Amino acid sequence: MNLLAIIGAVITLAGSIFLLLGSIGLLRMPDCYNRIQAGTKASTLGTILSFAGILLIMPGWWGKLLILIISVFITNPVSSHVLARASYRIRVPLTKATLLDKYQEDEEYIAVHEKKSDKT
Amino acid sequence: MQAKNVFISFLIGFIFWILLNNTLDPLILALGAGLSLILSLIFCSRCDVFSELKLTPQALFYTLMYLGVFFVELIKSNLDVARRVVTPSLPINPGIVEVKTRLKSKMGRMILANSITLTPGTLTIDIMEDTLYIHWIDVKTEDTQEATEHIVRKFEKYLEKIYG
Repeated sequence: MNLLAIIGAVITLAGSIFLLLGSIGLLRMPDCYNRIQAGTKASTLGTILSFAGILLIMPGWWGKLLILIISVFITNPVSSHVLARASYRIRVPLTKATLLDKYQEDEEYIAVHEKKSDKT
Repeated sequence: MQAKNVFISFLIGFIFWILLNNTLDPLILALGAGLSLILSLIFCSRCDVFSELKLTPQALFYTLMYLGVFFVELIKSNLDVARRVVTPSLPINPGIVEVKTRLKSKMGRMILANSITLTPGTLTIDIMEDTLYIHWIDVKTEDTQEATEHIVRKFEKYLEKIYG
């Protein structure tokens, strides 16, 4: 086992620790939105670090791993944003600890606005 | 600005082709170039996704700067979430705040929203013209102006240079 492979293994381990923390976050957070928060961030860095570690162990796979990293980078925030928006629209309740909700205050404005943009 | 859109989507397709094949054999390169040209002509002859992108050295420089800032923020956000998760009392203070952006282009706003989602404790819920609704895991201020300073500015100054 050469040095590069060892460094790669350490980086992959760091990535999996982030993934583990993210899953603990999923269990511990009180409501849907906070869970998405914990899930997105940890899984993005965790996955990227895991791929970077594999890159050091298997340098021949660099092209495909780069594509995977870019895809994770682009799709992860989009999917979590869509999940959050959809859960808000079907009125999944926020946790009791929530301090303020500007979105609800503006809901009428948003509804009017969406009708307008549908017509155009 | 159709030629620019086709050209950029051609470039993306071609680079992905090279990365996937992992070879510089001229025959395969030619095949990839032909395929990505046809596909970008079919799918991007009428799109305007990239027309606001500036292709100047300055924009490239700011893109690199932006990626650097972004990666630092990503690591910070992970450590932040990790700290909150392992603390027994679960120190969260969530709320949905409203922020404004100065960015005009659609692409710039999309990248801004994605960056906000990946940075410490913030998650974009919806975007309406220049207003972003953000779920903040640790609300520090209820004021729109201050929240904007806190969440948006550090990315906006780079994205402004890239997309205008």
